[in-house]
Amino acid sequence: MEFRYEVEGGNFSRAGHASSAVKKILKQLNVDNRIIKRIVVALYEGEVNVVAHAHKGNILVYIDEQKINIKIEDEGPGIPDIDLAMQAGYSTASAAVREMGFGAGMGLPNIKKNTDELKIASDVGKGTTLEMITYLQ
Amino acid sequence: MNISTVVELLEARLICGDVNQEREFLYGFASDLMSDVLTLDSDNLILITGLTNTQVIRTAEMADIHCVVLVRGKKVSAEMINLAEENHITLIETPFSMFRTVSVLYEAGLKPVY
Ligand SMILES: Nc1ncnc2c1ncn2[C@@H]1O[C@H](COP(=O)(O)OP(=O)(O)O)[C@@H](O)[C@H]1O
Ligand SMILES: [Mg+2]
Repeated sequence: MEFRYEVEGGNFSRAGHASSAVKKILKQLNVDNRIIKRIVVALYEGEVNVVAHAHKGNILVYIDEQKINIKIEDEGPGIPDIDLAMQAGYSTASAAVREMGFGAGMGLPNIKKNTDELKIASDVGKGTTLEMITYLQ
Repeated sequence: MNISTVVELLEARLICGDVNQEREFLYGFASDLMSDVLTLDSDNLILITGLTNTQVIRTAEMADIHCVVLVRGKKVSAEMINLAEENHITLIETPFSMFRTVSVLYEAGLKPVY
């Protein structure tokens, strides 16, 4: 199964619509609630990062019997130092992002914690791609 | 602790949800930082927050949190209520401060996560 969602940079009121849709799909597929939570928490932090840090993005979701593969591709400033960005507490978020309850530098570490495999690629000035794989069993 | 007890203890208003629901809550977590809430593993948890925007409800949705207490009577948007109803999240509004809300619920036996 394949699904695709669009994410608008800066639009906080819509942030989470893709994560919400994926959660509903996984529930219908009777995936274990604990695994659903890991998947959608990681996806939601990733979706919020596009809204908070990039101009726009696409979320591509592939689900098979064993696993879910989620790609979050955005057009935006990119991440100059990925190791630094992965560190808990590192954040370049604006005051507006912090007012929404994010921007403490906890997103990427929590994405890492909640996925079985995580790949991050980034081109400064162009954008960022996160690929997250989580096994459904 | 059930919802009707929470509403009574906090002299609160139920914005949406069923006051007579069976669900028992064991833990409380107070934060305005949604990224922190998203790190929690506890079930049957009440989120207490001073933040009022749709991201609070989205966070509760993703984290399987079924009750959110909004402190100090902040304005709740129709969009927040719709999202909460759609996801079966009980929303409660109390005139109490964060500090008072937390102490009342703690005294009544709600447990901290850490
Ligand atoms: N999609 C993205 N595009 C550009 N920069 C990003 C993106 N995702 C994360 N970053 C950078 O990595 C930092 C850390 O991200 P994260 O851990 O999610 O914390 P936060 O979003 O709270 O700042 C961000 O502050 C930002 O500098
Ligand atoms: Mg983030």
